[in-house]
Amino acid sequence: MMQPGLYHILFISTALFFIGVFGFLTRKNLITILMSVELILNSVNLNFIAFNKYLWPEKLDGLFFTIFIIAIAAAEAAVAIAIIINLYRSHHSIDVDNAEELKY
Amino acid sequence: MNLSLLILIPLITAAAVLLMRNKQQVKWVALVGTAIQLALALVLLFAYRNEVASGNTNQFLFQQQYEWFPSWHISFHLGVDGISVVMVLLTSLVVIAGVLVSWNIEKMTKEFYFLLILLSIGAYGFFLSLDLFILFFFLEIAVIPKYLLIGIWGSGKKEYAANKLALMLMGGSALVLVGLLGVYFSSEVRTFDLIKLSHLNIPVNIQMICFPLLFVGFGVFTALFPFHTWVPDGHSSAPTAGSMFLAGISMKLGGYGCLRVATYLMPEGAKQYANIIIVLSTIAILYGAFATMMQKDLKYMNAYSSVSHVGFVLFGIGMLTKTAMTGAVIQMVSHGLMTALFFAVIGMIYERTHTRQVNEMGGLLKVMPFITTLLFIVGLCSLGLPGLSGFVAEITVFMGAWEHPDAFHRIATILACMSIVVTAVYILRAVSRTAMGSVKESFAHITDAKWNERLAAIILIAGILAIGVAPFWINDLIKPGAEIIMQKIMLVP
Amino acid sequence: MLNATYIALIPLLPLAGFLLLGLFGRKYFKNSSGIIATIILLVATVLAIYTAYTYFFEVGKVHGVYQKLIPLKYTWLEFSKGVSIDMGILLDPITCMMLVVITFVSLMVHIYSLAYMKGEERFATYYSFLGLFTFSMLALVISSNIFQIYIFWELVGVSSFLLIGFYYDKPSAVAACKKAFIVTRFADLGFLIGILMLSFYSGTLDFNTLIERLTSPGSTELSTALSSSFLGISALTWAMILVFIGAAGKSAMFPLQIWLPDAMEGPTPVSALIHAATMVVAGVFLVARLFPIFALSAPEALQLVAYVGAISAFLAAIIACTQTDIKRVLAFSTISQIGYMMFALGVSKYGGENGLGYTASMFHLFTHAMFKALLFLGAGSIIHFIHSNEMKDMGGLRKLLPITHITFLVACLAISGIPPFAGFFSKEEILLAAWQQNTIIYWIGLLTSGLTAFYMFRLYFGIFWSKAPSLSDSAHRKHHGEGGFAMMLPLVLLAIGAAAAGFIPFGNFVSSDGKVLESEFHLQLSIAPVTFGLIGIFIAMWLYKKQNDKPDKIAASINGLYKLAWNKFYFDELYIFLTKKIIFNLIAKPAAWFDKNVVDGLINATGNTTQFISKKIKGVQSGKVQQYAAYFLVAAIAIAVLFIYWWK
Repeated sequence: MMQPGLYHILFISTALFFIGVFGFLTRKNLITILMSVELILNSVNLNFIAFNKYLWPEKLDGLFFTIFIIAIAAAEAAVAIAIIINLYRSHHSIDVDNAEELKY
Repeated sequence: MNLSLLILIPLITAAAVLLMRNKQQVKWVALVGTAIQLALALVLLFAYRNEVASGNTNQFLFQQQYEWFPSWHISFHLGVDGISVVMVLLTSLVVIAGVLVSWNIEKMTKEFYFLLILLSIGAYGFFLSLDLFILFFFLEIAVIPKYLLIGIWGSGKKEYAANKLALMLMGGSALVLVGLLGVYFSSEVRTFDLIKLSHLNIPVNIQMICFPLLFVGFGVFTALFPFHTWVPDGHSSAPTAGSMFLAGISMKLGGYGCLRVATYLMPEGAKQYANIIIVLSTIAILYGAFATMMQKDLKYMNAYSSVSHVGFVLFGIGMLTKTAMTGAVIQMVSHGLMTALFFAVIGMIYERTHTRQVNEMGGLLKVMPFITTLLFIVGLCSLGLPGLSGFVAEITVFMGAWEHPDAFHRIATILACMSIVVTAVYILRAVSRTAMGSVKESFAHITDAKWNERLAAIILIAGILAIGVAPFWINDLIKPGAEIIMQKIMLVP
Repeated sequence: MLNATYIALIPLLPLAGFLLLGLFGRKYFKNSSGIIATIILLVATVLAIYTAYTYFFEVGKVHGVYQKLIPLKYTWLEFSKGVSIDMGILLDPITCMMLVVITFVSLMVHIYSLAYMKGEERFATYYSFLGLFTFSMLALVISSNIFQIYIFWELVGVSSFLLIGFYYDKPSAVAACKKAFIVTRFADLGFLIGILMLSFYSGTLDFNTLIERLTSPGSTELSTALSSSFLGISALTWAMILVFIGAAGKSAMFPLQIWLPDAMEGPTPVSALIHAATMVVAGVFLVARLFPIFALSAPEALQLVAYVGAISAFLAAIIACTQTDIKRVLAFSTISQIGYMMFALGVSKYGGENGLGYTASMFHLFTHAMFKALLFLGAGSIIHFIHSNEMKDMGGLRKLLPITHITFLVACLAISGIPPFAGFFSKEEILLAAWQQNTIIYWIGLLTSGLTAFYMFRLYFGIFWSKAPSLSDSAHRKHHGEGGFAMMLPLVLLAIGAAAAGFIPFGNFVSSDGKVLESEFHLQLSIAPVTFGLIGIFIAMWLYKKQNDKPDKIAASINGLYKLAWNKFYFDELYIFLTKKIIFNLIAKPAAWFDKNVVDGLINATGNTTQFISKKIKGVQSGKVQQYAAYFLVAAIAIAVLFIYWWK
C-alpha cells in the first residue's frame, strides 16, 4: 500500500481550504458560513500536522498549534453562535444579506 | 508693553463668558473684556510711538519668545511693527463694535459671544506672531468659529454658506501650510522664525513655487479673484457681528499674510509674480464694482463692494512700491472699519424693516435719521470721500502705483481709478433708494438706534475720521514697515 | 500784517458751524440755528474782507507784482520725499477775490434763507449743510496744494449733493442729486489722473513749485513732460486736458453740462450759492490757478478750454431761450456765462497786455457772482410767492413784488451787458480779449451776448409784465407780502453790487502775472455787444411784453430747431442710453451673471465633483460581509502573487 506523501495531504488541505472559502463567500446562511470557517481552520490544521510530520518529525510544535486552533475554534464557534442567535432575535433571520446596517 | 497680554485678555474674557450664568452677565463680561482689549490696543499704539520716537530702530518691538516645540524649532514668538500695531487696533475696534451690535442676540447668547471672542483671539495672535507656525495656528483659530457662527446664527442659505466659506478658507490655509513647509525645509536651519527667515535668502527656485502657494492661500482670505465667491454668500448669511468680523478682520488676515509672509520673505517671487497679481486685482476691483451694481440685497451689495475694495489691498501690494504698500495697509484698516460699520448699519436696518432688499425700502431718513446718517457716512467713505478713511487709502495706492512709468502699470492704475466712479454709482443708488424718497406705511413706526448701536457706530466712525482727517499718524506708523519690505525687493536684480 | 490764524479761521468757522448744527442742531438749536450760522458767517465775511484788504493794499504787492504768499502750510500726508499732500493757505489775488465773493454771497444766502426756509422741518440740517459747503468752498480757494484742492473739490461736490437732495422725499430731487454727483465724479476721475500725471512729471504737488517747475524753460521736469508723448500730444498737455475735464465737470461745461439744470431741484437759495455764484465757477478757478502751465507749456490744452467754453456759452444760450422753468433758464444762463469765463481764459496769454483774457475772466466771475446770485434770489422770492417754477403761472408781478422787480431788472441789465451795469464792463473786456486773439470765438461770444439779453428779458417780461396778475395772487399779496426784511436785504445789497461792481479797476488787482494791467476802454469795440444786447432786449419786449401768440408762431415755424433746443439737444437721452444700455446692460449685468454662474459655478463644480466621486465609490462599503471577505481574498491573493513574482 502506498504511503500518502506530503503533497497528497497538502492537496487535500488546499481543496478543503478553497471549499471553505467558497462556502464562506457564497452561502447566505450564517450557520453554513460558520461551518465554512471551520473547514478553513481545519485545512490549516491539516497543514500544520502534515508539515510537522514530514519536515520536522522530531518536533511537536505543529501538533500543539493544531490543538490550540481546535480550542480557539470551539470558543469561536460558541461566540459566533451567540452572535447568530442575537442576530436572529433582532432580524428574525440568519441570512447575512439581511444584516447590512453597517454600510456607508 | 507685554504683548502676551493682548492674547491673554481675550482668552480670559472667553473663559469668563463661559462661566457666566445669564445673558446679561455674558454680555457685560464680553463688553468689559473687549473694552479692556481696546484700551490695551491704544496703549500699544502709544507705547509703540513713544518707543520709535525715543530712537528704537528695531524692526519689531516688544518681542517675546518662549520655546514651544524645540525639536522642530517652533517658538512662541511675538513682536510688533507699525503695521501690526494698526491691525491690532483695527481688530479691537471691530470686536468691540461687534459685541455691541449683537446685544439683542437671544439664541445661545453665551456660545455666540464665546465664539466671537475666540475669533478675535485668532486675529490678535495672527497679527502679533513672528513665528510662522504660530501664525498658522492662529489663522486656523480664526477660521473654525466662523463656520459655527454662520451655521447656527446665520440666515438664508446658512448651511450652504457656512460650508462654502469654511471649505474655501480651509483650502486657502492648506495652500498656506504647504507653502510654509516649503519655506521651512528650504534652508538647513529649519526654522519657522520670521526674522531669521528674512535674513536667510530663500533659494529662488523654492520662491517660485512657494510664493504663489502662500499668496494664493492668503489671497483666498482676501477675496483674490477668482477665489472670492465665498465673500458674497458668507457675508450675506452671517449674523451681523459675523459679517463685521468676516469683512472687517478676516479678509485682512489674508492681506497681512500676503504682505508679511509672502512678499516679505520672498522678494524674487514677488517680483516675478507681481504682474499677475496686478492683473487679478485690477479685475477684482473693476469687476467687483460692476457686479455690485446689479445687487439688490444690501448685504450682497456690500459683500461685492468688499471684493472691489479689498482688490486695492492686493493691487497695492502687487505694485511693489513703498507708497502703494503703505496705501494697501491703510486700505486694510480703512476698509475694515468702513465695512464693519456698513454691515452694522445693514444689520440695524434689517432688524427694524425685516428686509434687506433695496427696492423694498425708501424714505428711511424720515423715520430713523441716526441710522440713515450712518448709512450716508459709510457710503461716502466707501466711495472715497475726502475726510473719511477710504480716500486716504485709495489715493495713497494710486500715488504709489503711478510711480511706475511703464504702460502696463499705467493702464492698470487708470482702470483701478475708474472704480471710483462705478463705486459712486452703486453707493448712491443704494443709499438714495434706501434713505430717500417717500417712506412706506409699514415703516412709519420704526424707532431709531439704541445706545449700544450708537456706541458701536461712534467707535467705528471715530476710527474712520481719525484716518480720514489726520492721516499722517497712520502713514508714519506704516511707512517704516513697508520700507523694510521694499528694501528687500529693491535688492532683487 | 498777515496772520495765518485768522485766515485759517475763515474756512474753519463755517466748519465749526457745520459740526455744531449738524450734531446738536436738531435737538438744541431748532429755531436759532439760522441766526447762529448767519453770525458765524458774518464773522467769516469780515475776516475775508479784512484779509483781502491787507493783501491787496499792504502785504501782497512787492515791487509792483502781487506775490503768491503761503502764510500757513503743514504736511497732511507724505507719499515720498517732496511729494506730499499739504494743508495750507495760498494767498494771491484770485484767492482773495474768491474769499470775498464766497463769503459775501454765502452771507447773503444765509440771511435770505432765514425767511425762505422758515418753518422747514430740517432747518438746522439745512444750515449745517450750508456751513459744510461754505467751509469746503473757502478751503478750496485757499488751497496751496493740488491735492488739497482735489480734496475740497470732492467735498463741495458732496455738499452740493446733500443740498440738491435736501427735499429727499421728492423723487426728482433724489434723481438730480445722484446725477450731479455722478457726473462730476466722472469728471473728477479725469482730474485725479491729471493730478497723478502732473505729480509724476513735476515731483511735487505744491502749486507754487509745480507751476515753477513746469513753466521755466529748460527745467528737466518740463522737458521730460514735453518729450514723452501719446498720440502726438505731449504728456503735459494730456495732463492739463485731464485736469480741465475735472474743471469742465464742476463748471458744467459742454458735454458735461447735463447735471446743472437738474440741480435746480434744490432749495432756491442753494441754487444761488452753489449752482450760480460759487461752486460752478470752481472749474474756472482751477484753470486760472494752473493758468501759467496752460498758457506757457500746454497751449493746445488752453485752445481746448477756449473752444469748449465758447461752445458751452452758445449752446446753453440757445437752450435757455426755450425753457419755461425760470430756474432752468437761469441754470442755462449760468452755463453760458461760465462758458464766457472759460473762453476768456482760453484766449488769454500769459503776462502783459495779452493776459487781458485772464483778468477779464476773473472780472466776469466776480460780477457774475453778484448778478447771478441776485437773479436766483429774486427767482426765489418769486417762487416763494407763486409756489411754482413755471413761467406760465406768472405774469404782471411788478406791482405785487416791487423790490424784487427792480432788483431783478438790475440783474437782467447787468447780465445783458448794458452800461453802466457790472456785466457790461466784464463782458466788454472778455470780448475785447477774444477780438485780439481769436475772431471765431469773438463772433460766437457776440452772438451769445445778444441771445443772453433776449432770454433774460424774455424771462423778465414773462414774469413781471405779460398778463395781468390773477386775483388770487393779489389777495395772496395782502397776507403774504414780499418775504420780509431778511429776503429783501440780500436782494438790495446784491443789486448794488450788480450795478456798481463794474467800476472796480480790476486790472489793478488781478492779472495773469501779478503785475498791474492797464486796460484801456475801447469805445468802438463796446458798440457791437451793446447793440446786440439792445436788439435782444427789444425782440424780447416785442414778443413778451404783452401776452400774444407771436412766440408760439415763431416756435412753430422753426419747429425742428425749437424742439431740439427744448430737449436740450438730447444730451440727457444720450447719457441715459450710455449708462443704462451700455454700462448696466452690457457690462454690469454680464459681470454679475458671470460671477454667479461661471466663477461661483466653478467653485460649486469643484464641490459637486467631489460629491459625485464619493457617491460613485461609496458603493464599495456595502455592509455585506461576504463582499468584504471577497475583497479581502482577492487582495490577499494579489499581494501573494506580488510577493512571489516581483519581490525576488
